[in-house]
Amino acid sequence: MPTSRSTGVKLPPFQLLLDRHSGELFRFLAASVGPVDAEDAFQETFLSALRAYPKLRDASNLRAWLFQIAHRKALDVHRGRARRPIPVEELPEVATGVDGGEREPQLWRAVRRLPDKQRTAVFLRFAADLDYAQIGAALDCSEPAARQNVRAGLATIRKGWAHG
Amino acid sequence: MDERMKEFARRARAEGLVDVAYTETDSPVGRLLLAATRRGLVRVAFERDRLDQLLEDLAERLSPRVLEAPAELDDVRRELDEYFEGRRHEFDLPLDWSLTTGEFRRRILERTARIPYGETASYRDVATAAGNERAVRAAGTALGANPSGYGGGLEAKRFLLDLESGRARVA
Repeated sequence: MPTSRSTGVKLPPFQLLLDRHSGELFRFLAASVGPVDAEDAFQETFLSALRAYPKLRDASNLRAWLFQIAHRKALDVHRGRARRPIPVEELPEVATGVDGGEREPQLWRAVRRLPDKQRTAVFLRFAADLDYAQIGAALDCSEPAARQNVRAGLATIRKGWAHG
Repeated sequence: MDERMKEFARRARAEGLVDVAYTETDSPVGRLLLAATRRGLVRVAFERDRLDQLLEDLAERLSPRVLEAPAELDDVRRELDEYFEGRRHEFDLPLDWSLTTGEFRRRILERTARIPYGETASYRDVATAAGNERAVRAAGTALGANPSGYGGGLEAKRFLLDLESGRARVA
């Protein structure tokens, strides 16, 4: 896409972003942090987005921008859990409601154990159906790096699966 | 609106992040878009399948922080409902005039708003009252371009005239 050099970015009404992307962002967050924490992460994601929205300088990939914010909120949740390791992690997973998680709970659990960047890359590719350019935009890395993160994540899961 | 969206509208509002709140409402003259800023009601428009375009216009001219927040427009909806039921003859709502550009335009609209319930006035009457009796055409243009939009068509106009003269029957 050629970069337009128009003065002032034309931003669509924020409600349009909600209408178009709230469903997939919630599914991404539910897959990433589980359905309970996803509710709060969802609210935080869109509040952050709304706060920053009028100052946004590039409106060419709003979807990737939203996933980038959601990715950071998911990281916050994961870090919060790491700081206070509570026995919840040890409880047997009750797979309810989250698509993907419902069908293959073990698989999604394996994805959740991946390093941050790989985990998000895998989720963005397969839970949110973003292409590699969009994943790169969301993760602040190049398209090849995005592809590499997905590949490495899948390799790790496959290994764990085989040994599992 | 589902619970998640209602919660979001509530939190966004509590944080002061909603610059333009809107809702849609049904009326005897068709579906209407109602929009308000912190200052007051900023736009009432006949929707006529162009909601997206109306919202884009608000985003461009006011702020991109446009959010569906029906609770913000409860008072407006109530007064409109009362008006359409024939129970209200005057509106008592704070207005945001920021979509009305030009001093003369604003005077025209203010004068028009002062035409008593059930009465009519010609463009010439309004132009004269606004201080320039020769600006008949300008008055017409100002009213055509007013942010409340007179895109309602003749049917809506007829209905409103009948309503205020007591002839309309609301189904």
